[in-house]
Amino acid sequence: MKMVMTGNYASAYGAKVCRAEVISAYPITPQTSVVEKIASLVSSGEMKAQFVNVESEHSAMAALISASMTGARTYTATSSHGLLLMHELLIWAAGARTPIVMSNICRANGPPWSVWADHHDAMAQRDTGWMQVFCEGNQEVLDSIIMSYKLAERPDIRLPSMINEDAFILSHTVEPVDVPDMELVDEFLPSYNPRFKLDVDEPYGFGSLVMPDMYMEFRYKINEAMEAARQGWRDVEKDFEKTFGRNHGGLVEFYNCEDADAVLLIMGSVASTAKDVVDKLCSEGKKVGMARLRVYRPFPVEEIRKLAGMTNIIGICDHSYTFGHWGPMAQEVRGALYGIADQPVMKNYIIGLGGKDMTPEILEKIFLKTLALKDGADQEIEWIGVKGLGGW
Amino acid sequence: MTKEELKGVYKTYQDLPLTPITSVNSSSNRTGFWKTNKPVLDESKCIKCNICWKFCPDVAISMNDDEFPKFDLGHCKGCGICAHECPKDAITMVMEGDVA
Repeated sequence: MKMVMTGNYASAYGAKVCRAEVISAYPITPQTSVVEKIASLVSSGEMKAQFVNVESEHSAMAALISASMTGARTYTATSSHGLLLMHELLIWAAGARTPIVMSNICRANGPPWSVWADHHDAMAQRDTGWMQVFCEGNQEVLDSIIMSYKLAERPDIRLPSMINEDAFILSHTVEPVDVPDMELVDEFLPSYNPRFKLDVDEPYGFGSLVMPDMYMEFRYKINEAMEAARQGWRDVEKDFEKTFGRNHGGLVEFYNCEDADAVLLIMGSVASTAKDVVDKLCSEGKKVGMARLRVYRPFPVEEIRKLAGMTNIIGICDHSYTFGHWGPMAQEVRGALYGIADQPVMKNYIIGLGGKDMTPEILEKIFLKTLALKDGADQEIEWIGVKGLGGW
Repeated sequence: MTKEELKGVYKTYQDLPLTPITSVNSSSNRTGFWKTNKPVLDESKCIKCNICWKFCPDVAISMNDDEFPKFDLGHCKGCGICAHECPKDAITMVMEGDVA
């Protein structure tokens, strides 16, 4: 059924149509309306789930790890400092191989205190063993929850998944969203039934100590699953399209990239604005494209190499920064393209930290700067829009 | 993977489950040798109030009706919380043995 809703409500309905059985969450701006909506769906009986109120995000994740280990389908949502507080248990969730699905409403970290969008919170969780998806629109927010459960619960994957949506730009902005029938979702997504679970009738102990002769073996198994999840995402999205009739572009969505003189690589909702700018510049005869990195973990190495074969110049737009060395996406893209023939010219742009507006005008400037880099990048990295820096 | 296979010998990483799983109860994991001091009860002072049993973080104290508390020294780690909480000072922590 088509409804008009915010990204946060799309998240709540995503959990509902997937029949999440245990929800545990702690409120934080701008995530609050996700769990408010779920709480009201549970209290009205529309959603058959246990809603566990907790005193912190750390506890929310701990509750879900235990619930997931009983074989329940679990969901939570958080943002920024809440996600940072969860960090320890995110690593536990991945190591315990609990297929928890979580929405993270991407918000800047403080100080300076900010409630607006950037990806620094999500990027700080890169190495936890969670799969990470970045969404452009509210339909994708909902659909990525369905796809996430499908892949996360696959017996050979069994990893948690984080769906990232930009604060306010998606979380509090309404768009038409098709909420699929639960029967159709049931067809696509069978119930979760792990072989070994917390069960009083057949008790097991989980996550116990292992000696150094066995630890690396278990960590290798997590990585093996994450590597398999790369093809897994491609397959799940194909299956999803067969059932629901739409897709969101795979691991990397290419927009007008073939034979483009320059491409901007973007994550999240800024991609939407960039598509308009690509259309405008193309109508003026300029050959530019936009690639949207949708799945960040596992990192789509093949798709990035494919992009390098399509264009001569890539501007890598990081909505985040790793203090001391470039943006995280720039590091990974440059790493993925190291040693290939005909390496494109690459430049890293740091954009939109703490919700600094990414208007069509600013994006157009970045496209024109990037087009001008034919003979090599003028600099490795440029912070966009910092007053007093580089003519901004 | 079956329950029997869980108990098998692991030669390669492929033989392992996804995450460490034990099919035995943690009571078989005897941690009592970690302790330095052990609790000793003075039955003449004990009023069988159950407070030591409630506070023991290792579930190493058992209580039955009308009986004095029993310390499970195979699991007691010697933290001394029971002695600290006892309202009648009926529990004393005593060094288990000489340490070389």
